Amino acid sequence: MIGLEHYLTVAAALFVIGIFGLFLNRKNVIILLMSIELMLLAVNINLVAFSAHLGDLVGQVFTLFVLTVAAAEAAIGLAILVCFFRNRGTIAVEDINVMKG
Amino acid sequence: MLSADLTLILPEILLSVYAMLALIGAVYTGKDQLARPLIWLTSALFVAFAVWIATSRGGTANAFGGMFVVDGFARFAKVTILVSAAAVLAMSEEYMARRGLLRFEYPILVALAAVGMMVMVSAGDLIALYMGLELQSLALYVVASLRRDSARSTEAGLKYFVLGALSSGLLLYGASLTYGYAGTTLFSGILAAAGEGTVSLGLLFGLVFLTSGIAFKVSAVPFHMWTPDVYEGAPTPITAFFATAPKVAAMGLFARLLHDAFGGVTGDWKQIVAFLSLLSMFLGSIAAIGQTNIKRLMAYSSIAHMGYALMGLAAGTALGVQALLIYMAIYVTMNVGTFAFILSMERDGQPVTDIASLNMYSRTEPGKALAMLVLLFSLAGVPPLVGFFGKLYVLRAAYDGGLAWLALAGVIASVIGAYYYLRIVFLMYFGSERDDRLDAGGSGVLWLFLAVPAIAMVAGVVNLFGIEGAAAAAAASLVN
Repeated sequence: MIGLEHYLTVAAALFVIGIFGLFLNRKNVIILLMSIELMLLAVNINLVAFSAHLGDLVGQVFTLFVLTVAAAEAAIGLAILVCFFRNRGTIAVEDINVMKG
Repeated sequence: MLSADLTLILPEILLSVYAMLALIGAVYTGKDQLARPLIWLTSALFVAFAVWIATSRGGTANAFGGMFVVDGFARFAKVTILVSAAAVLAMSEEYMARRGLLRFEYPILVALAAVGMMVMVSAGDLIALYMGLELQSLALYVVASLRRDSARSTEAGLKYFVLGALSSGLLLYGASLTYGYAGTTLFSGILAAAGEGTVSLGLLFGLVFLTSGIAFKVSAVPFHMWTPDVYEGAPTPITAFFATAPKVAAMGLFARLLHDAFGGVTGDWKQIVAFLSLLSMFLGSIAAIGQTNIKRLMAYSSIAHMGYALMGLAAGTALGVQALLIYMAIYVTMNVGTFAFILSMERDGQPVTDIASLNMYSRTEPGKALAMLVLLFSLAGVPPLVGFFGKLYVLRAAYDGGLAWLALAGVIASVIGAYYYLRIVFLMYFGSERDDRLDAGGSGVLWLFLAVPAIAMVAGVVNLFGIEGAAAAAAASLVN
């Protein structure tokens, strides 16, 4: 029987993979966008699992909001990335270094 | 019932309808030729809404089943946000025009960000919190990279986007855990589920993730790494915007979340906030010393100031929230003045951000140098200027809240921080003579926005313009 804890484990694993993807990836900004998406989807699994477990619809409504915002976020991220590519001719993570922070 | 709800949220609705109409209108007619009137119109609307919100009475009211809260705290934060956003818009018009950045999207995005910020400080539910935060953030990512042909500006936008999205992810993960273990997304429901004393492990994880997500937005250490780069890369008027309204909104959101949803378990979040505050104050003060770019310096300065503001929040009392609100209002005023000064720094018509270019500035422009001196002393917290009273309030709140060690650390950090503010004063008055002086003159609007905060820093000593009482009432409506 698959219970709540299984869903939470999968979501936590996905979330951690997303965070590691952000920090360990040295190659490509697109991978950063994919990692961000992975984190948000992990949250969605959490929300839907809790929603089903609690018998409360709010979690699923929240999921729909998160999905919509994630789409807008990806669109804006890609738009900024296109501008960046036009200026620098590259989207490698190690080339994002005009300013040293 | 519905009409009562809509009345409460009317300022937000009107502002977003205005933004959408302005967008469609500008796209179908004059495009960038309309940028100038739109900037002034948006700025005027912000002021009008601020007056409307400030004069509207009626204690605490909930809309949409508690998802949206209008109380004294929200009104205070909204007025601060709208007035500072209006000031920044008004001072950016000339700079944008001269750099060919006068795009009609700019005032519209700022208006949408302002709607997001207003929702943030009024949020009574995790979903409302998230939607407000994202509306603000998405608009800010775009304005950070407004100068599309500049590698610096787009890089600032990209860095802000990636780290901002990471912080939203952390915040959301915390929201999902909080929802699961409290069984509801309403703050009032979470407050009841968390109970008094200690909180369950699942909710504690939710609280920690939520806190770190918001700490990103207020740029508290250890979540500050985006701040210097974004401040440096973004066009200066936009940096000025980042340093003011969004900080107030994020602080307001932080205070509301901690007090409305986790108000019963103060002991659990007090240490986390105190820790963030301590690190921010010291890192902000120490890292700013080596900076040569005044925008980067202001970034570290804002990190340090967020540390002091968090000290008020860490106290966990109504007095602490009052100190937080007073501190944020003073901080925003000082930053508007300082950025008006930075916007007027030019050599041969080109913007300059190098601190060394301020050598002997008092010879070229004695009036501006004097106003900047007042603002810098106030930022450093030198008595008897208003900035000192801001610090005094948070220190007292921390001391009364049983965090005497944090108050002591705050005093030490502010002494360290005074060094880099006073270094600028030293350069302006006793620096070395250089050939490449900054241009004299500059626009009257910038003069106005430099002089008014500077005068306020001196004149406000009398009674802080009455914000003390307003902040006390606002804090009382949040903490009960």
